[in-house]
Amino acid sequence: MSIAKDSVGLELIGLNKILGGRTIIENLDLSVKKGEMVSLLGPSGCGKTTTLRMIAGFLIPEAGKVILAGKDVTTLGPDKRPSAMVFQNYALWPHMTVFKNIAYPLKIRKLAKSEIEKRVHDALGLVNLMHHKDSRPSQISGGEQQRVALARALVQEPDILLLDEPLSNLDAKLRVKVREDIRDLQRRLGITTVIVTHDQDEALSISDRIAVMNDGRIEQFSTPQALYDEPATEYVANFIGSLNRFTGNFAEGRIQTGDNVVGIRPEDVLFSSHQVPGSHAATVDLVVPRGHFFEVYLSSNDQKIRAFMSADIPQVGDAGFVRISKALIYKDGKLVKVA
Amino acid sequence: MSHSANKLNIQTNSWLVRIFLSAFIGFMGLFILGPLFWLAIRAFVTEWTFPNLLPDGLTMRWWRVIADDGSLLEAIKNSLIISPIVVLISAAICLPAAYAFSRYEFLGRKTFLIGIFAANAFPKIGLFASIATLFYTLNLMGTILGIIIIQVLGTVIFMTWIPAAAFSAVPRNLEDAARDAGASKLRVFWDITLRLAMPGILVALVMSFLAAFDEAQGTYLVGVPTIYTMPTKMYALVLNYPVQISAVFSLLLAIPSVILISLARKQIIGGQLAEGFQIK
Repeated sequence: MSIAKDSVGLELIGLNKILGGRTIIENLDLSVKKGEMVSLLGPSGCGKTTTLRMIAGFLIPEAGKVILAGKDVTTLGPDKRPSAMVFQNYALWPHMTVFKNIAYPLKIRKLAKSEIEKRVHDALGLVNLMHHKDSRPSQISGGEQQRVALARALVQEPDILLLDEPLSNLDAKLRVKVREDIRDLQRRLGITTVIVTHDQDEALSISDRIAVMNDGRIEQFSTPQALYDEPATEYVANFIGSLNRFTGNFAEGRIQTGDNVVGIRPEDVLFSSHQVPGSHAATVDLVVPRGHFFEVYLSSNDQKIRAFMSADIPQVGDAGFVRISKALIYKDGKLVKVA
Repeated sequence: MSHSANKLNIQTNSWLVRIFLSAFIGFMGLFILGPLFWLAIRAFVTEWTFPNLLPDGLTMRWWRVIADDGSLLEAIKNSLIISPIVVLISAAICLPAAYAFSRYEFLGRKTFLIGIFAANAFPKIGLFASIATLFYTLNLMGTILGIIIIQVLGTVIFMTWIPAAAFSAVPRNLEDAARDAGASKLRVFWDITLRLAMPGILVALVMSFLAAFDEAQGTYLVGVPTIYTMPTKMYALVLNYPVQISAVFSLLLAIPSVILISLARKQIIGGQLAEGFQIK
């Protein structure tokens, strides 16, 4: 697939990064469309923050290119790049008021005072913080600090917005609200955004596309739906969502002996008291309530399998029939078949 | 009941503890403030000797003696000129060093850092004696420059360790954020690093000033008999003047310390001084 040059917001070509004698990033390619929101998702140590810092200019890659809005910025420092970053713990300057924090990037660009005032007010309005403009960062809440950091990035009108674990310091309730605010703002401004996160919920809910990273490489780069429905590697299948994992083959609606890996999403495990074609006898071992659904542990022919159910919940000890509606089959870690 | 007996026990105990503590605090207060109080009174009285409970009379005579004595005024002037110069020179040399200790990993970093401490671990007079030999050959004995060099030596530890810790305490991501906002490295240093390290640097300036202002051993060795500062003049005062003059001079010598420490009180109590010696 070829994309017209002017519709590319960010392009990483063959990036390599060695830190402390260890290869952190190996031959990484990534292409982000203009206005797109992309997540770098992975466990800590997978290289996602290193990648972000190379986009921002804090790290210079050993090999490869970083192209921002059509311009090669590989060797430029962070002050010379058209990118703006929101840091994990916001990195607001404690000796400046909220207003001055947001005005600082404009002051450096030597804008006229009236222009600075106008743009800072616009940015404050955007994140709904007008009433806090004279507060110090230490006087406002974590969520508000987060919005100041966002305003400080947006006021620069960057070609690309970089977010480093922007929600990890907020409590669970606030996290959901702020991530929707960020998504809404990003859509309205149409700004190319790369967000680093280790939280799959966060990535799945706000990204146009997700790059799942593992050990310095991108395992899969696709839409949240595709990532969930057809994880290209066993690693991705395990990392995103829940999975029943078996060694063997999948045939006639059950696991047979073999040397492949079969992954089954718990919601694809259907349990009922009636027998239908392709179903097998099973008993209920354990039922765990999970709020809006139940986790049901089943045994069928000495095989244990987990199911997610939201209606007609059986009791422990009930006998019935289990049917697998979909299975992912992996050979050497790669997806070979969806059955 | 054993329960109530216990309670009673604890109460008598706490009374005893309280009385003991009060006595202890009172004693310590007397121990620390008593001499100062006595000194302050001596500066304003004609004569106050055993067994008289009260001084014989009040007078401002001793203050007038100092105001009229050229050599004493000269010492005060010298002190007030030399100490600020020492602080400025020390800052110019040590602050860049402190920044380097804090932000760069270089060969011998640890050795240098400990070495600065080691210079303070030996009896100073031995160090000064060998410096004096060097100063004789360089014709620095009896010069202002010689005194300045000697006093700068005593401030190095404050001016390096405390600011180094202050620089280290500035979170890197605050600097990164300023770089990301478009600031050059130099601009980041002025706008962010230096501003945030300022409380620690202020404490270092105050401590260095006091160290220089109070330095007597080396200054005596290098300066006397040509140049006297306030502390070295004290030696002469104790021997050659009425005791009340020394009291007046001590009070004068204490004024800068009291003013500076009360100005920097917040930072010192806030732990900047303590944190200063925790750099690794």
